[in-house]
Amino acid sequence: MSVKLNSRQVGDVTVLDLAGRITLGEGSSTMRDALKEVLAQGHNKILLNLSEVSYIDSSGIGELVSAFTTVTNQGGQLKLNGLNKRVKDLLQITKLYTVFEVFDEESTAMRSYT
Amino acid sequence: MQLREESEKEYVNQQFESTLDSVDRAESLIMGAAEAAGFDEDDLHKIGMAARECMVNAVVHGNRYNANKTVHLQVSGADDYIKIRIADQGEGFDISKLPDPLAEENLLRHSGRGIFLIRAFMDEVDVRPASPHGTEVLLVKKKSVSE
Repeated sequence: MSVKLNSRQVGDVTVLDLAGRITLGEGSSTMRDALKEVLAQGHNKILLNLSEVSYIDSSGIGELVSAFTTVTNQGGQLKLNGLNKRVKDLLQITKLYTVFEVFDEESTAMRSYT
Repeated sequence: MQLREESEKEYVNQQFESTLDSVDRAESLIMGAAEAAGFDEDDLHKIGMAARECMVNAVVHGNRYNANKTVHLQVSGADDYIKIRIADQGEGFDISKLPDPLAEENLLRHSGRGIFLIRAFMDEVDVRPASPHGTEVLLVKKKSVSE
């Protein structure tokens, strides 16, 4: 199963709900295309909800990093919510936990946007 | 690790086309073999992830999706370990020249974490030139010993 994506607006934050596997190929490009569309609409406060993401490979990690740098370079904020233990572990061992703001609760994540 | 070659069971010995579909199929075969060999869920995840990264490297960076080149996958094992060999027919690469993905200046790079993750998840990783050309990677995972 590759990734499925749904977009919703909560206040001024765009939440992208992802589900499935973010891997090289379709999974990575689905996320990239959705992000491009959100930014083109002028939204730059973005929360990636990964609570239904079961698996991310190194390409998927690369897409998360690209998304982060793209949004940050446009003056926006991109944060992560709902990571399972394995995805958290991946971010820990790649030291990316120090780069991303990561939340367990969507309500807490929402309050963190400035 | 001294591997007991004579008592090894062969699970997979197969050539794959240089496509992303091959990566998915190889991952599935390797996971099936590791499950049959009795690895626990946590180790299965690590083996699957390392093997997938390795197959991606072979298809994408090694063979560069070339339809005339194949990837050779062999999976074997014994009671306490599984051994995965993945060989491409690419031009090879110098592993010592790969940038450190944990270095501050590389943290925000889009790529370059594959080999790092393979090493993090497997007990032994050996990357060497394949004959007559290409790269062969040998991955070994030992079964976790319960306390």
